[in-house]
Amino acid sequence: MVATGAMAAVGAIATAWPFINNLNPAADTLALSTIEVNVKPIAVGQAITVKWRGKPVFIRHRTEEEIKEAEAVKLSDLPDPATDDSRVTDTAKKVRREWLIVVGVCTHLGCVPLGTKPGDPRGEFGGWFCPCHGSQYDTSGRIRKGPAPRNLLVPDYLFTSDTLVKIG
Amino acid sequence: MASQHGAPPVFNNKVVAWIDHRLPIFSYLEKEYHTFPTPKNFNYFWNFGAIATVMLVLMIVTGIVLAMNYTPNSELAFDSVERIMRDVPSGWLIRYMHMTGASFFFAAVYVHIFRGLYYGSYKAPRELLWMLGVVILLLMMATAFLGYVLPWGQMSFWGATVITNLFSAIPVVGDSIVTWLWGGFAVDNPTLNRFFALHYLLPFIIVAVVALHVVALHVHGSNNPLGIDPKGPQDTVPFHPYYTMKDGFGLSVFLIIYAGFVFFAPNSLGEPVNYVQANPLVTPNEIVPEWYLLPFYAILRSIPDKLGGVIAMFGSIALLFVLPWLDTSRVRSCTFRPIYKWFVFLLVIDVLVLGYCGAHPPEGGFVIASRLATIYYFFHFLVLLPILGKIERPLPLPPSIADAVLKKKAV
Repeated sequence: MVATGAMAAVGAIATAWPFINNLNPAADTLALSTIEVNVKPIAVGQAITVKWRGKPVFIRHRTEEEIKEAEAVKLSDLPDPATDDSRVTDTAKKVRREWLIVVGVCTHLGCVPLGTKPGDPRGEFGGWFCPCHGSQYDTSGRIRKGPAPRNLLVPDYLFTSDTLVKIG
Repeated sequence: MASQHGAPPVFNNKVVAWIDHRLPIFSYLEKEYHTFPTPKNFNYFWNFGAIATVMLVLMIVTGIVLAMNYTPNSELAFDSVERIMRDVPSGWLIRYMHMTGASFFFAAVYVHIFRGLYYGSYKAPRELLWMLGVVILLLMMATAFLGYVLPWGQMSFWGATVITNLFSAIPVVGDSIVTWLWGGFAVDNPTLNRFFALHYLLPFIIVAVVALHVVALHVHGSNNPLGIDPKGPQDTVPFHPYYTMKDGFGLSVFLIIYAGFVFFAPNSLGEPVNYVQANPLVTPNEIVPEWYLLPFYAILRSIPDKLGGVIAMFGSIALLFVLPWLDTSRVRSCTFRPIYKWFVFLLVIDVLVLGYCGAHPPEGGFVIASRLATIYYFFHFLVLLPILGKIERPLPLPPSIADAVLKKKAV
């Protein structure tokens, strides 16, 4: 009896799995997971938004002051502690302080924070400001204030040359 | 209940008699909707179950017709809805009926829930009846949310983003669950497709749960404004024609107001920004759900912690499941509960305050107000209700419904 029941349970789970798995991202969706961006036209102090995996990615060419500001922050002041260097390192472990690349999705409930376009409010910390529930990020994309629990996500990226970056 | 009317009905029509002998649908209708003994003292609050049922049917009928012209594809959905509005014959009317119908369905159900709260309809022996009702409410919320995503406007897209992201608050597996819900890395075409499939499915599950709700109702019959059980035929009237007529009248008035909105103010209950096509790169200035979800949205935002907010929001509805056991008073109707009566009204005001806060950006006074209102909401159910039942001294209950009704007449 127990063995029969156990077999039936295994069978039921095995049958349910394709239906559950069916809802996972499809192969063509996964195939779109890498993009290449030419960052040459982005002037110092400027930022752009590119679309990656259906989400916005912010690429900011940081000014010297912004870099200094981000590096000067004490880790103990951060809700989600991370050094600035750890957020500007590509997958080849090369640090490029002038380029900050983050997924432009607020870690609270997924809105797109403002601060990429000129004239956008950037919040108290000079980075990004989420209009939905008021989260504020600094010039390293780290959460400083508001309900968001984590820093803006840094995607995997690799500078294939000084001006070409592969995201994903 | 049925045993009060022992003799099975006799049908003169031979066809009806033939069918009934093999499949007793006519006996069933006779018993449950004609002779069914119903307390004779219903007020108009007792209309709203029937009204909600009619709205459910109306939503299904309009929804099926809309689905014939709608395209669940992220490139085409927005335009297909515009086509329904402009080119499809009577499409504008059907869509406005469906859109406004959602609001009025919720309005009817909220009045129905208030009726249950005020007159203690959730108390023994109707606990399961009440809990099935809470299940219906949850299913309605899910269906309304899924349906709101389909036109693929800005609020559709960002509402879907915010609500699906609620699940990312779950520790460890949260992010995987969200990817699984989306079928991708963001709300996109796969999400829209599955939302459409589920939006089409859930109403029929609601119908099934409503059927269980009605079966449970017909075991012990309806509660009534006095909250005392009928003691015999002098306390009841047959459901038909008395309450079919009363329900019909109330329904007519309700539908007149509904038609007023459909024809004269169809967009007054919605967000104009949803007539802008979804753009994954731009968040609207403010993300607000439809009015009927605002109180719960306010509870979500009032907690300064992501997981905490999600727990509080779901908890506010989960509490209703255990309401029959939180209320320790044995008196059902607030008519005889001189203290609790006022707290029910206070709860209604509290929920309205939450709704008002939910419609505004979480800044300054709204943050404080929504926090206080959230605290009070939980205080009402978790502290007030259990204690009040013990210390409140209820007014004397009338000996019977007939007695109370006749006395009222005499005065």
